[in-house]
Amino acid sequence: MAAPWASLRLVAPMWNGRIRGIHRLGAAVAPEGNQKKKRTILQFLTNYFYDVEALRDYLLQREMYKVHEKNRFRDKEWIRPDKYGHFSQEFWNFCEVPVEAVDAGDCDINYEGLDNLLRLKELQSLSLQRCCHVDDWCLSRLYPLADSLQELSLAGCPRISERGLACLHHLQ
Amino acid sequence: MIRRVLPHGMGRGLLTRRPGTRRGGFSLDWDGKVSEIKKKIKSILPGRSCDLLQDTSHLPPEHSDVVIVGGGVLGLSVAYWLKKLESRRGAIRVLVVERDHTYSQASTGLSVGGICQQFSLPENIQLSLFSASFLRNINEYLAVVDAPPLDLRFNPSGYLLLASEKDAAAMESNVKVQRWEGAKVSLMSPDQLRNKFPWINTEGVALASYGMEDEGWFDPWCLLQGLRRKVQSLGVLFCQGEVTRFVSSSQRMLTTDDKAVVLKRIHEVHVKMDRSLEYQPVECAIVINAAGAWSAQIAALAGVGEGPPGTLQGTKLPVEPRKRYVYVWHCPQGPGLETPLVADTSGAYFRREGLGSNYLGGRSPTEQEEPDPANLEVDHDFFQDKVWPHLALRVPAFETLKVQSAWAGYYDYNTFDQNGVVGPHPLVVNMYFATGFSGHGLQQAPGIGRAVAEMVLKGRFQTIDLSPFLFTRFYLGEKIQENNII
Repeated sequence: MAAPWASLRLVAPMWNGRIRGIHRLGAAVAPEGNQKKKRTILQFLTNYFYDVEALRDYLLQREMYKVHEKNRFRDKEWIRPDKYGHFSQEFWNFCEVPVEAVDAGDCDINYEGLDNLLRLKELQSLSLQRCCHVDDWCLSRLYPLADSLQELSLAGCPRISERGLACLHHLQ
Repeated sequence: MIRRVLPHGMGRGLLTRRPGTRRGGFSLDWDGKVSEIKKKIKSILPGRSCDLLQDTSHLPPEHSDVVIVGGGVLGLSVAYWLKKLESRRGAIRVLVVERDHTYSQASTGLSVGGICQQFSLPENIQLSLFSASFLRNINEYLAVVDAPPLDLRFNPSGYLLLASEKDAAAMESNVKVQRWEGAKVSLMSPDQLRNKFPWINTEGVALASYGMEDEGWFDPWCLLQGLRRKVQSLGVLFCQGEVTRFVSSSQRMLTTDDKAVVLKRIHEVHVKMDRSLEYQPVECAIVINAAGAWSAQIAALAGVGEGPPGTLQGTKLPVEPRKRYVYVWHCPQGPGLETPLVADTSGAYFRREGLGSNYLGGRSPTEQEEPDPANLEVDHDFFQDKVWPHLALRVPAFETLKVQSAWAGYYDYNTFDQNGVVGPHPLVVNMYFATGFSGHGLQQAPGIGRAVAEMVLKGRFQTIDLSPFLFTRFYLGEKIQENNII
């Protein structure tokens, strides 16, 4: 959560003139009492001060994060690589958890690479969008996922043709 | 000096040019060069006909290390692997002699183009598996600089073989062997068949085997052209002509049991040009017989089968041309896109062709019904009487269909056991066979080409052991029967 802190640091010097305002608003954000009235004050202030808006966004993100932490995968939250392309270490904690969805868009996956994906017996959604090496032979390999696969996306794959699509009948 | 040089150049016994040596370029081959120069000077001198100004570009070269008789998919596959597996670039000179460059009667172009791994012999399964991976990576194997990539139009729809009660046990054991070799085949009961393919009538079907991966059909012409383009870029020479004669020498030797055996070695191949009496003797070290349906004639030219019957000398090559019909029909209510190549219990087969409710198929006739292989005329009554009833029984939607067209092609049918002949002949020591595959030559061509090239270059099979397919089994009587022949 680096970004909200950064913005708060930017905001803080400007708040020096309005310290009393923070305390007042701190009480206002707590969800008790007359919510509607307090929210209109906040909204009124948000319309006039950018800083109030930034604070409101930060507090909202904090609430959302708490909610996400509680139900981790119920909303199908994706594990994504960070900006260096690495996956976080907590990925290893989920060894036993069945993988439900794989997004392999823009990947260089090919015929032999599908070996790894076909072992996921509970895969429900597979996206192979814009994979340049996926062709008709690869499509004929997808039948082991027939029981669980619900969604398959092949948009933008230049090497598949109607002959490969004809063998997708295995996936009911 | 001249007199000493000329007999030296023409002495047959002293010619020991093996496939590993390179000719021309940097090696000083004085004897051959001087004799050629002498010939040229003699022709310039008055009183002789001038050969220098005649155009010989249509003729094959005078020397070649390997001559491949037959330019179909098997011959080109052998040429490709010979060039791929040679120890140095340019080590082997290969000449492919093809009688008909339009391939109008060649089995390759007229083939249905299916590939499947559902055989009963492990060697056949391994050959098909390798060929499937070859076709999958064809643009890496057959890449030519600046040429467009090949589009094989592969339909990975699989093969569905149906078995009646009496064949069900054999099919189960076949599927076990196939799975052991790595083919992905699933067995289906009649109920599962009906669930999966509602258009099928499962009367009389006890078991079905369905190939899930690496099976289907493709465009054989594309493979042929791709191979041709690639081997030409690798330096293989092509010649349009017919092989009319082999010039060979014999040597009488004693076996370890003191029995006399006559070993033959082919030295020259006479290639006759089309529509002319002109021929060119090509001096060669190795001859590969990949002539398909006409391999028996080529073998007879080399002296295979000349001898009392029952002996090794008298064993002929049992490959003969058999005509097979393929019919294309249109049936608007027919099976849909999921249709594999279905092979019925009666021997009839069909597959989907394109997206417009067209199908093509046929049936292998029984021995009594064999048509005359003299020409490629189509017998439409054969479809009416022998093919359609079986199709209509199996797929009720086919009761109403309209035949659009038909063609006929040859199987290089091995009358002994319907499996191919690969490897050298025991007596004609430098003739190698790559023929007799009775309808599945196309789908196994890459594997067979590699096996023959290994045999020629290394002296033994390295990747896939095809020793059961050698010629000697005809003499020894060891049949390797294949159960599913379409």
